[in-house]
Amino acid sequence: MALHRCAVVGVGQTHHTSCRGDVSIAGLVREAVDRALLDANMTLADIDAIVIGKAPDMLEGVMMPELWLTDSLAASGKPLFRVHTAGSVGGSTAIVAAQHVMSGLHKRVLTIAFEKQSDGNAMWALSVPLPFSMPVHAGAGGYFSPIVRSYIRRSGAPSHIGAMVAVKDRTNALKNPYAHLHEDHWTLEKAMESPMLWDPIRFVETCPSSDGAIALVLASEDVADKMPGKKAWVHSTAMRSEPTMFAGRNQVSPRAGEMCAEDVFRKAGITDPLKQIDAVEMYVPFSWFEPMWLENLGFAPKDQGWRFVEDGVTEMTGALPVNASGGVLSSNPIGASGMLRFGEAALQVMGKAGEHQIDGARTALGHAYGGGSQFFAMWVVGSEKN
Amino acid sequence: MADDILRIRTPIGIDYTWSSGPGSVVYMRGLENGKLIGRRCPACELVYFPPRNGICPRCGVLLAAEVEVGPRGTITTFCIVNVPFLGQTIKIPYVAATILLDGADIGMQHLIQECEAADVRMGMRVEPVWKDKSEWTPSLENILYYKPTGEPDADFDVYARHL
Repeated sequence: MALHRCAVVGVGQTHHTSCRGDVSIAGLVREAVDRALLDANMTLADIDAIVIGKAPDMLEGVMMPELWLTDSLAASGKPLFRVHTAGSVGGSTAIVAAQHVMSGLHKRVLTIAFEKQSDGNAMWALSVPLPFSMPVHAGAGGYFSPIVRSYIRRSGAPSHIGAMVAVKDRTNALKNPYAHLHEDHWTLEKAMESPMLWDPIRFVETCPSSDGAIALVLASEDVADKMPGKKAWVHSTAMRSEPTMFAGRNQVSPRAGEMCAEDVFRKAGITDPLKQIDAVEMYVPFSWFEPMWLENLGFAPKDQGWRFVEDGVTEMTGALPVNASGGVLSSNPIGASGMLRFGEAALQVMGKAGEHQIDGARTALGHAYGGGSQFFAMWVVGSEKN
Repeated sequence: MADDILRIRTPIGIDYTWSSGPGSVVYMRGLENGKLIGRRCPACELVYFPPRNGICPRCGVLLAAEVEVGPRGTITTFCIVNVPFLGQTIKIPYVAATILLDGADIGMQHLIQECEAADVRMGMRVEPVWKDKSEWTPSLENILYYKPTGEPDADFDVYARHL
């Protein structure tokens, strides 16, 4: 069955911050929704279906929030679909929403992802003791730090690479008014002095804990064609998963991530990603994941991703700008972070990224991963129809 | 108006009953008796410790033969935890290491002690220090921690495929 075309016609996000004590989860979500609808020049009444996603319910301690968000999203009488794939959920939620359009079933779909970290305690929620293992686990940093150590050992990367990525993303975030962290004092030297939290991961190399939401309005080709203004056409989407633990698993560069990248590029007709992709919004919650994903996604040869960082390839002025928005390192409303990558990729090809716009970006990749690097979600968007 | 909106703390707690299932009951019983028992996949022949759900995630078949692993092992990689958090049971800084037990084909996480954090290395050989036998339960916490054996470090090539 041929897929129908789908375009992003509206993007709205909140100003991400450590605590939005002035609003409930419903209020936070509605703020992003209203901005996306305004951007698309639509109202909730125009929407045919809603797809919502967030990371584990344990993070806020509110089980199945989609049940009580139904009213604040005006979802009465419409299909409402909840997606969950851990940290990659923002990406997979956008993909499910795109599939609602690409299948030909719906013409105007609203998709939303959020996290209100200040309502709960993510570090606790991600350190729950399991009966068959030793409770030495210390949150996401505790899980990913040994994998970063493996990457450093395997690739021979020098220890300043993680700090370089951190300084780049924090500097990029200064151009993004929605970013949580606006810190203009980082230099490589200062970053290298940042204390080790989860050795070998320094404090500056970790993401903040954010409250935030993002919403996208997706439309079918006939609807999008009648709309003035720029759109981001969804050229391809892909998802892959694998078990968190199996003997001989490559934890540094999971096979599922490689397969997902191969698939999303093949379907978009991209044969040389480094040349053909103009901007990447990559899910980098710990800075070392930038060189690791550069390799996993096929942009850099194995063990060479760190050289791209060192050579400035991923800077805003480089050949492959990564996270011009400041990325997850500058804002991490966990469940929303994947959709922020997808939405920021869309903004780039729409030419609507403001101060962090990459000049002439025509094709962009949005990337998200979650769990123990076991769920991957990606899309390629373009300024022209696929 | 915004001043009227209050935030309240509402702690929640949940106690679960966990069914170990036939796949990992041998592992739990083993720990109760001071033995580290894994299971071998009949298809790929790799040994899982712990056997978790009792299924080989690669092959999708039930793990079969019981295999005693360890007690010694090799640190493949590790994290030095310097961050305090709610519910933390171990004093920081501590080393959480992935240990590939001799005879197993997948690493498991445990604590490293009797060694400065800065001296822990990838490839370091370690052995378990058990609690007093009278305190044993069907839990990996019967092992207090692992400590260096003093043997030469394992070559990187020996454990590289486990990273």
